[in-house]
Order: sequence, then C-alpha cells, then structure tokens
Amino acid sequence: MTAAIETIATFRNRLPYPFCPGCGHGSVLDRLDQALVRLGRDPSRVVIVSDIGCSGLSDQYFATNAFHGLHGRSITYATGIKLADPSLEVVVVMGDGGTGIGGTHLINAARRNVGITVVVMNNLNFGMTGGQHSTTTPEGAITSTTPGGNLEHPLDICATVGVNGAAFVYRGTSFDDELADRMLEAIERPGFALLDVWELFTAYFVKPNRFSRKAMESLMADADLPPGVLFRRDVAEYAAAYRAAHADDEVRSLATPIPIGFAAPLDQPVTLVVAGSAGGKVRSAARLVGEAAIRSGLWAVQRDDYPVTVQTGHSVAQLVLSPREMPLATVAAPDVLLLLSADGLRKAQPLLPAMRRDGVVVTIPEFAGVETPARVVVLDPAAASTRIGRDDLALVLLAASVAKLELLPVDALRAAAGTGAYAEANLAAIETGLGLARD
Amino acid sequence: MREYLDGNAAIVRGALAAGCSFFAGYPITPASGILMAMMRELPARGGIAIQGEDEIASIGMCIGAAMTGARAMTATSGPGISLYSENIGLAVMGEVPLVIVDVQRLGPATGGATTVGQGDVQFVRWGTSGGYPIIALAPSTVAECYSLTVRAFELAERFRSPVFVLADKELGMTLTTVEADAFAPVEVRRRELATAGAPYRYEPAGDVPPMRRYGTGEPIRFTGSSHDEGALITKGPPTIGALNRHLASKIDEHLDEIELVDWDPQPGARSLVLSYGVTAGAARLAVERTRARGVAVAGLVVQSLWPVPEAAIGLALEGIGRVVVPELNLGQYRREIERLAGDREVVGIGRVDGELVTPEEIGAAVG
Repeated sequence: MTAAIETIATFRNRLPYPFCPGCGHGSVLDRLDQALVRLGRDPSRVVIVSDIGCSGLSDQYFATNAFHGLHGRSITYATGIKLADPSLEVVVVMGDGGTGIGGTHLINAARRNVGITVVVMNNLNFGMTGGQHSTTTPEGAITSTTPGGNLEHPLDICATVGVNGAAFVYRGTSFDDELADRMLEAIERPGFALLDVWELFTAYFVKPNRFSRKAMESLMADADLPPGVLFRRDVAEYAAAYRAAHADDEVRSLATPIPIGFAAPLDQPVTLVVAGSAGGKVRSAARLVGEAAIRSGLWAVQRDDYPVTVQTGHSVAQLVLSPREMPLATVAAPDVLLLLSADGLRKAQPLLPAMRRDGVVVTIPEFAGVETPARVVVLDPAAASTRIGRDDLALVLLAASVAKLELLPVDALRAAAGTGAYAEANLAAIETGLGLARD
Repeated sequence: MREYLDGNAAIVRGALAAGCSFFAGYPITPASGILMAMMRELPARGGIAIQGEDEIASIGMCIGAAMTGARAMTATSGPGISLYSENIGLAVMGEVPLVIVDVQRLGPATGGATTVGQGDVQFVRWGTSGGYPIIALAPSTVAECYSLTVRAFELAERFRSPVFVLADKELGMTLTTVEADAFAPVEVRRRELATAGAPYRYEPAGDVPPMRRYGTGEPIRFTGSSHDEGALITKGPPTIGALNRHLASKIDEHLDEIELVDWDPQPGARSLVLSYGVTAGAARLAVERTRARGVAVAGLVVQSLWPVPEAAIGLALEGIGRVVVPELNLGQYRREIERLAGDREVVGIGRVDGELVTPEEIGAAVG
C-alpha cells in the first residue's frame, strides 16, 4: 500500500462568487487562490481578513480562517492577529473605499512593517453602496456623487505606502498574467506588502466613463500611476523584531511593599496641601512624606492637581495622613498648607480663609502676608546652611514641617528618601529642612 | 506590609495577574499610565504591548489578537471610548473576550484631561449601535482596581464578551495606601478552547459557545455581520433573531454570576446611600459620620454597574424610604435607581465641576 500524499488543489470552497458579471473581483480572488496554493501552507494557518463592501464578501469563498470586520479597519485586525501569532499567514482583502476611511491604518501599517499582505481591489469607486466616488476615483470621472465630474485628485495608494516604508508595493490590474506571482512574492516577503489591483466595475463605473481595459491602462500612464513592482525592500518584520528586541527583558516584580518600622504620634487624620509650581518636584516630595507615613504605621493618600501642560503652572498635592484607612475624598480645608510659589498661591487662595485657627501655613518670606485664620510660619530659605534650588524647596519645607509639627519621626522620612536615583539630593534637602526647622 | 500606588498601577497588576498577553492603546490622560506600564511590563512576560496610531487601531488590534487566543486589554478615557464605539459592537457581535478600561475624565468632548468625572456611565452601556448587553465593573478603591480588573478578565472569558472597567482620574492617579495582601496572586482559570465545531453554536440561547481560535484545528470564521453558527453572513430571520436574542440572554440569564456589590446595612435605617466608583469614598465616610451622629443609615456600593444588579439593589431597598445617589454626572445612574425605587424618594447629588462630591454634601442629603 502506498501512502497517498494529499496536496491542496485549491483554497477556495465550493461556493460560487456573487459578483456582478464582468467585475474583476472573481479573477483577483482566483489569483489569490493560486498564490496560496503555491505557498503551500495549511489553510488553518492562513487568515483572510476582509474589509467592507463587495471586497468584504471575499473571505466567504475561501476554506481558510476568516475575519470580516468593520469598514476601513481590516488592517488593524490583521495587525493584531499577526502580532499575537506571527506563525499565521495574514492576507487583507479590501476595496479602494477602505483606503480612504482607513487611510491612517494603511500609512501606519506600512511604517510599522507588520508582516501582512494587503490586496486592494481598486475599482475606482464604491460598488455595493451605489457607485459613489472614492479616494481613487480619477479626476473628471462621473460617479453617483460626482455627476459633474470628480474634482478631487486621486490617492496614489502605492506611493503613499511606499514612501512610508512598505517592504513590497505593486500596482497592476485584474488582467495581469503575473498577478498570482506577485501575490506570492508579496506574501513571502517579510514586512508589509500591498498590491493595488485595478479592476473594471461594470455595474456603475464603466458605462458613464466609457471605461475599458485599454482606458484603464492608459489612465495609469496619463495619471502618472505606473504599473509594476514599485518598491521592494528588505525590512525587519515588526512582530519578529519586537520579540527580538525584548528577548532579554527580565520580569521584575511590581510589588513595592513598604515595611513599617516607625511609629507616628497622630491619633487623628492630618491633611497637608503642598501648593507650588509644576516642575518643582511637589508631587515627588509629597510622595516621600506619604511613604514615610506608611513606614510609621499611618495610611497615606496623595491626590494631585495640575494643569494639562507640563512644567508650567501650578502643582498641588493634597496629602492625607491618617492612623486608620481613609477613603479617597475631598477635604474642605487642610490642617497644614505649604505655600511655595505664586502659582501655588493662586490655586490655594480659596483654602486660606477656610482654614481653622489651629491650622498652620508654612511659607517663605515672599508670602508672609497672606490672610488666613491659621498660624503662619515663615521659613527663610536664605537662612539655610546651603543654597536651596527651586527643585528642592518642596522637600525642604515638607521636612521642616514634619519636624516642627511632629507629624512623623524624621528618621522615617530619611528611610523613605534613602533609596532611588535621587536619594542623595533628597536626603540633603531633608537635612536642610530639618536645619531650618531647628533655627 | 503596605503598598503605595495609584489605581492605574493596580489595574496593570490586575491585568498581569489575570494573564493578559496583549495590550494596545493610545496615549490619553488620565489613562496613559496604564499604556506606559504595559509597554514596559508585558514584553518581558512574553506578551505584546503596542501603541496604536489611534484608538480605533488599538481596539482593532486587540480584537484581532483575541481571535488568536490572546487575553487582550485596552485602556483609554472618554474621548477614546468615543472612537472605540463601532469596535465595541464588533466585539459584542463576534463574541470576543476583551477588557476595556475607561479611566473617566470630565466631559463632554475634550472636557478636562486632568479633571475627574463619571460622565461615561450610560455611554459605556449604550456606546455602540444596534442594542446589546454589556458588562461594566466600577472599582471604588485602588485595591478594587486590582481585584475587579482580574474579575473583568474572568467575565470576559466566561461570557465571550467585552467587559468594561470603569475607573476615573482620581482613582487612576491618586496614590493610596493598600495592604500588600490585596495583591495576592490569583488563580488564572484556563479557558476552554475548542479545536473543532462551529464557532457560534449555542443551545439553548443562554449558552456561551466555546471559544475557538485561529491556527488550532479546522479553520474558523469571524464576522461582524448577522451570521449563522459558522459565521457565514445570513439574512434569514429565524437565524439572526436567534443570534440577537442569544447575545442578550447569554448575559441576562446569568446575572447572579455578575452581580457584585458592597452592602453595608444597618437595622432601622430608613435612608440608603447608593454609590459607585470614586464617589463611594465620600459615601462611606458620610455613612460612618451619620451613624456617629446616632442616625441609622445603610450604604450600598455598586461594583457591577452593568447589568444593573437589580436583585442586590432590591434587597438593599427593603425598609428604605429615601435613597441618596451621589455621582459625578447629572444623574446617570440615579435614573436606574428611580426605575427600581417604586414610591421611595430618590435624591441625586451630581457634580460636574471637576470636584468630588463631599461627605458633607451626602450627609446633608441623608438628613
């Protein structure tokens, strides 16, 4: 007995095509079938991703995997499929309509060079919806939405993806003898490949525009949209490059447990608001105090407020330190307000009159005159043992406040600041603040 | 041991704990922290994280990846959910397990990028065309950002459906102290992956078809169009009627598996504070302070926002005469409660000024 070697004669299933008489879709799909047969992969390893319109019917006539999604988005699904499982062969079949609504996906897929192949069945207008003009409709062409002739310049699909890095770009027609060869080449070449295949659209476009195979070929010449292989590049396929780039990444734990090694005297929640300027390390300084509080057995919550811009305007951190767990909620007026800058004052102004008499405002001489029922403590950075940079003011004043108001053990703050890239600068700022608090 | 982290970091840890293997997203405040962390953490764990050219591409990539068997997640804020709209419908129709995080900011339109809001509550419920069921979980603490993200993955797998995690700017970006054991590893349930059979066969209607994926077993089809059990497009009324009823009943018949609330009853309470998300923080404080005044009051924090946990809410409403619903919108969830409250008085507290509802406002409404 001899073992039968089964070869796949076709990737088509038995369903007949539903396309209009004379439409090029059927012959393009036959060429795709031939290319897939020659590729020789198991149909279960091939995914045909179809767009919307008559091209969107294409996947139903293949015995491969199929994904029929939304208009213009076929490239995004294909990208996800290929990225997640690079062993799959992914072919997109879309119309010229998809190159308009999904233009950004086309450009970015070319740039990214994920290893998918896109076949554009380009019949120069919308078919299924009634012959409206598309991105590729020639200038002057009559369509149902350009009754006086198209005034828009047609999109050069091939140049668009070509100049943006695509690995393989081909323009031709549904009549091309080499179409199956070029499709196979496109599928086999690593990276993003696109075939712009022009077709006759017999139901709408042909008659009003006296269009024919010959007219189509001369249009290519007249419109400077030449046929043939236009780009052929050796590129790094993205899904493979991504995996290679991360091959040596090490898994690090995201857990950052904070040990409790100190005890704080607080028996009631205390709210501090640190009001300064963006770029002044307000949030990171407040974070160190929060970590110090957690090291002291307290619960900290830090809510930040800042504009959408970066490094300009205010930066305000609201820090609640509590002997028990506190939900995230607004505090009407802080117990302690640190005023660091004019930006901070503008934002914190409404808080000043709302503060209680036993509250404390800690600030620099510039804002010594603020009106508030709270006690105002003025610390002069000029009196410090070392020059205090703008970036350090928040931590200096926070450290001084922690010590002066006896919120936490200062050693807890030192412990919180003792690690990380900025440990040295932070520890120095803390000592400066402790010095100011003593004076 | 305790940890100090924000909700976005907790969502990332929840996703990784749940076995998320594919993430795609587009930068947007206040959700960018999730994108950046996933880009950093996922590749080392053998997964893929990618920044799409826009939100449409990002969710599209997730749907494609999910069909290869990946556990996929995307994260954005309200303006991004707007762009996800049509693909949410595709994920519903194609029965794609997918976790969608919405870190809400104040809307409409660009609204306030760094300003808190809860204006997407009805939007995530009805955010795509055609009518469909949806599951949405709303964490009310940073610890729940972890646990409910894990739960979202479980529900997405269980029901082959997109599942929303509805957070907000303050939960997402506020550093909070959490007991370290809140991040205990979870057992990731292995999904039932079938290798043969029609990908959309359900019998009875409330059944969830076993997930098929590309590349394993016989080829499968996927479509966003009305389809039969093999995902072939059809217009046959019996087939598509059954399909659309199936999409609803696979969730509606299993509400008991989805319902999740934190009920804090008190004997003799005539008032109930019903809250969700970040606003639950002030609600819990208000309940505590009201009780400290000697007034009985009950609290209910709804975590499974959609479908509305009507059984749990019905139980909490027993004996109650007044329901206070604080939220950072003008009454989007209150209308669901009014629907269930019968003759009870329902008092809404809505803020849309970028500030949180305060415990004092809630306390005053409780009376």
